[in-house]
Order: sequence, then C-alpha cells, then structure tokens
Amino acid sequence: MVAFVRPDAWNFPLLVHVLGAMVMVGALLLAVSALAFAWRAGSPALVRLGYRALLFGALPGWIVMRAGAEWIASKESLTNSNFAWINIGFTTSDAGLVVIVGSAVLAGLALRRAVRGGADGGGLRWAATVLVGLLIVAYVVTIWAMTKKPI
Amino acid sequence: MSHTEPVHLAWRRHAPPRRFWIAFSLGLYGWLLFLHVLAAFSIVATVVVFSALALGLTTDARVLTVSSVLWGIGGLGTLVFGVWLALYVSGYHIYDGWIVAALVLWAIATGLGQRAEREYREALSRGEGTADPRAARSAALFHWLRSIVVLALLVVMIYKPGA
Repeated sequence: MVAFVRPDAWNFPLLVHVLGAMVMVGALLLAVSALAFAWRAGSPALVRLGYRALLFGALPGWIVMRAGAEWIASKESLTNSNFAWINIGFTTSDAGLVVIVGSAVLAGLALRRAVRGGADGGGLRWAATVLVGLLIVAYVVTIWAMTKKPI
Repeated sequence: MSHTEPVHLAWRRHAPPRRFWIAFSLGLYGWLLFLHVLAAFSIVATVVVFSALALGLTTDARVLTVSSVLWGIGGLGTLVFGVWLALYVSGYHIYDGWIVAALVLWAIATGLGQRAEREYREALSRGEGTADPRAARSAALFHWLRSIVVLALLVVMIYKPGA
C-alpha cells in the first residue's frame, strides 16, 4: 500500500469535519451512557446530563461535522457525486439530525416528568436511549464507509 | 402455468452481484485504517465524556468509568493500529517526524489523562455524591491540558507535517 498525501487545501476542511464528527459521537456516547444509567436508577440528574449532552454536545457537533462535510466535498469536487461512501455519509448525517433532535425532545420530556415527580418517564428515556444507541451503530458504519470509501 | 417463482430461485434473482461484496470488503489496509480511526473517535469521546465531569455537570463515578474504558480502547487502538499502519504503508516510516510527534503527544495525553482520572477518583472518594472541590479543580486542569494535546494530535494526524 502506497501512502497518499492529500493537497494542503483539503486539510483544514477535513479537520473541521472530523473534529465535529468526533465531538458529536463522543456526546452521543455520553448521552447514551447517562440515559442508560438513569434508566436503571431513575436519576433526574443523569437524565438531565443525557439531555444536555444531546442538546449542547451532539447537536453543535453535528452542525460542525455537516458544514465540514459540505466544505471538504466541494474542495474535492464530490458535491454531486454518486459514490456509495458519499451517499452513506450524507444519508446517515441527515437522518442523524432527526434522531438527535427527536432523542433530545424525548429526553427533555422525560426530564420534565422526572423533575415534576409524576410519572417517571421511563418509556421516554428508554426510547431516547435506544434511538441514540442505534445512531451510534449507524455512525460506526459511516466511519467504516469514510475510511474504506466504497464506490 | 403459474408465474409464481419458486422461493429457492427468487432469492438468487434479488441477491446482490458478487462485485457488490468485493467493493464492500476490507483489505488489511482498510481494516487497519478503520480500526485506527475508530480508536481515534474513542479518544475524543473520552475527552467529551470527561468534560462533563470537569464542567461539574455530573459527579457520577460510572461516567468516569465510561471515560476510562473509552481511553483504554482508544489509547491502545490508536497506538497498535497506528504503528501497524506506519509499518505497512510504503512511504511512511516509524521514524518520520510527524509519526514521532504523534507518539510523543499520545504519551503526554495518556499521562495527563491518568493524572486527571486519579485526581477525580480522589475527589469522589469522600462520597455523599459530591466531589471534593480542590481535587476536582486539579483533575479539570489536567483534563483540559489533555484536551489540548489530543487536539494537537488530531492536527498532526491530518496535516502530517513533513510527509
């Protein structure tokens, strides 16, 4: 295997894209851990942590990742390409936004119920945990696609 | 005559062509790169998870354990698969400046991370679901230093200065 050195002009957009993706996945892992721990213990503090991780970690990370994706795609003239790895990336990132927002709403509702002391919102927590878990699996597949670059 | 196709033949008609699987299979380089990048994601995830402790968003010891496990996976994975890649790919050498810089940064980040974790475990040791403020501040300092080193590591990996 021979080393490939990309043009210098691609480095910063790639850094923005990768850093955003890494922060987003890290925040998703924090959210799923907190929500899963809360799922067993029913702690409002952990539900709040999961909610904040989604809202203030995963969502900004997604925005940076997506902006970086458009930037690096335009640098590499791949914006309108039909490569499988590009399609996988855009599909999972766009669906990911819906899942992140949806999970944050579910976690927020679960938190509100937990703070009010009424119903514990276990179903909402469970749904948010499963959604975030599935999204992490989808992003592992996306990382595979970004490194392998199947056409 | 019925137009219904036997099930044992129908699946073959809908089966993806062989070249699909060839395109989606991974050679050794693909596996090494995928696992190296996945491990790098785990390292940054450690930083994100520990940030919740450093910012005082939680004092739950299990979150600290998640952070430690992520660093264990990411630290070992980036090192093993990174060195393997450096040896495998023609044009890269283990003594290249950017690879040596990455190894040094990795070692510094690991040291700072271990110190941050130790300080935070000490901060939590007094129990009652709260952290000792002085030890927690010290842990946060080491954590933010590690975050800067991890960012520098990512910059080196992407820019590959001198490659």
